[in-house]
Amino acid sequence: MREIRELLVKKINELLENGTVNRVIGWKAGDFCYDVTPAVYTKEDNLDDFLFDGFCGANQSKYLINETKEEGKVLVLLKPCDSYSFNQLIKEHRIDKEKVYVLGIPCSGMLDINKMKEQGITGILNITEDGDTVKAETLYGTKECDRKDVLLERCLCCKGSKHVAYDELLVPEAEENELGGVDRFSKVAELESMTPEEKFDFWRTELSKCIRCNACRNVCPACSCRTCVFDNAASGVAAKVNADTFEENMFHIIRAWHVAGRCTDCGECSRVCPQNIPLQLLNRKFIKDMNELYGEFQAGADSETKGPLTAFTKEDAEPGIIYTRGGDR
Amino acid sequence: MQVNEVEEKKEFTPLIVAFCCNWCSYAGADLAGSNRLNYPANIKIIRVPCSCRVNPLFILRAFQRGADGVILCGCHPGDCHYTTGNYYARRRMTTLFSMLDYLGIEKERTRVEWVSAAEGVKFAQTMNEFAEAITKLGENRKLRDLRCEK
Repeated sequence: MREIRELLVKKINELLENGTVNRVIGWKAGDFCYDVTPAVYTKEDNLDDFLFDGFCGANQSKYLINETKEEGKVLVLLKPCDSYSFNQLIKEHRIDKEKVYVLGIPCSGMLDINKMKEQGITGILNITEDGDTVKAETLYGTKECDRKDVLLERCLCCKGSKHVAYDELLVPEAEENELGGVDRFSKVAELESMTPEEKFDFWRTELSKCIRCNACRNVCPACSCRTCVFDNAASGVAAKVNADTFEENMFHIIRAWHVAGRCTDCGECSRVCPQNIPLQLLNRKFIKDMNELYGEFQAGADSETKGPLTAFTKEDAEPGIIYTRGGDR
Repeated sequence: MQVNEVEEKKEFTPLIVAFCCNWCSYAGADLAGSNRLNYPANIKIIRVPCSCRVNPLFILRAFQRGADGVILCGCHPGDCHYTTGNYYARRRMTTLFSMLDYLGIEKERTRVEWVSAAEGVKFAQTMNEFAEAITKLGENRKLRDLRCEK
């Protein structure tokens, strides 16, 4: 990680110096060492507090919507999975491609602070990575854990080491990485096989935790509407917490629905949820259904193909198929 | 007589919302009426220009405001007045209803049926069957807004 940071700083300085770009979206530390947030650096800022470590999970693609409206070209650092969101936004004409310079950066999996805390690592002061181990200096002494045990959920189903869009790569892409291997639909399939009552109970337990902070919507690269339906003052649900179980359900059904066919499964929603609701399971349900019914589709794999909900064939399955799928329950 | 007894004696009649496309299914419902075919009076028809006009929020709102079942009727695929509207509606409703099922809302509460302007009999039959299925399922409690209760 440290070597990559040094390479990055060198490359960014080079691109800023030769005038290819006039600013860069990077990362800097928040209040704690593990809440790293995206930040814009210009030539005048030095890159001393520029950060690149295992907590730089944030997908920078969405920041480009606003950044490309500004003067000059912006440098963005995309991990392989982030480049899918970038492609999707290009497809939707939300980003001016002429105003972006994409530097593809390698990724060896990002860390999940919640998983570390679950392992009893609390009072964290500083975290360093050393190969496959993560070392945390805490108030209660130094603690260690295995890197692969504290990876973000989405990294367990990694999309691979290849970028789908870039202007330049920081280092040559590896053919394969050691991440991934977990079937991303296994939990969805498990839920599907439950009875309606069990499913309802599961989702009630999860969705009732929702505090309507809108973090999932704000971070989602697919949620790029200028005015969100949930900000519509006439909707009765704008800028307020969920009043009852219906509103909790509605918010999440509609949000998942609005990004259906455009969701690249980047998993930002699950990562940022302060209540740890597995929101990705909703999006994955749509992805799974559309893959099964309308053919395999990966949003953002290119910037031209139409999404499944904006296309059709005359031979599509009838809606009645959902009554027969999965047998009698 | 106590209040509870009154409650128990009340027979459950479901409230059903039917979104009907203007060009086929609404005319189909009209034909059913002209032919004096019976279908339950608790089916409330909402006329929409095309089946693809139906936003998923409409369906959720219907459940919120007390519907026990929602059915969407449109032209047969290939016969859409706007050429392709119902093809889009078909994909949308399939995925949306599958999602409702995933969240534990009984999948029998939602249905899509293609009814042409000439199919008055099919319209009445579909509505009778659907109302019967919903009566069996009972009241929708999972997607109801408690504030909308009387």
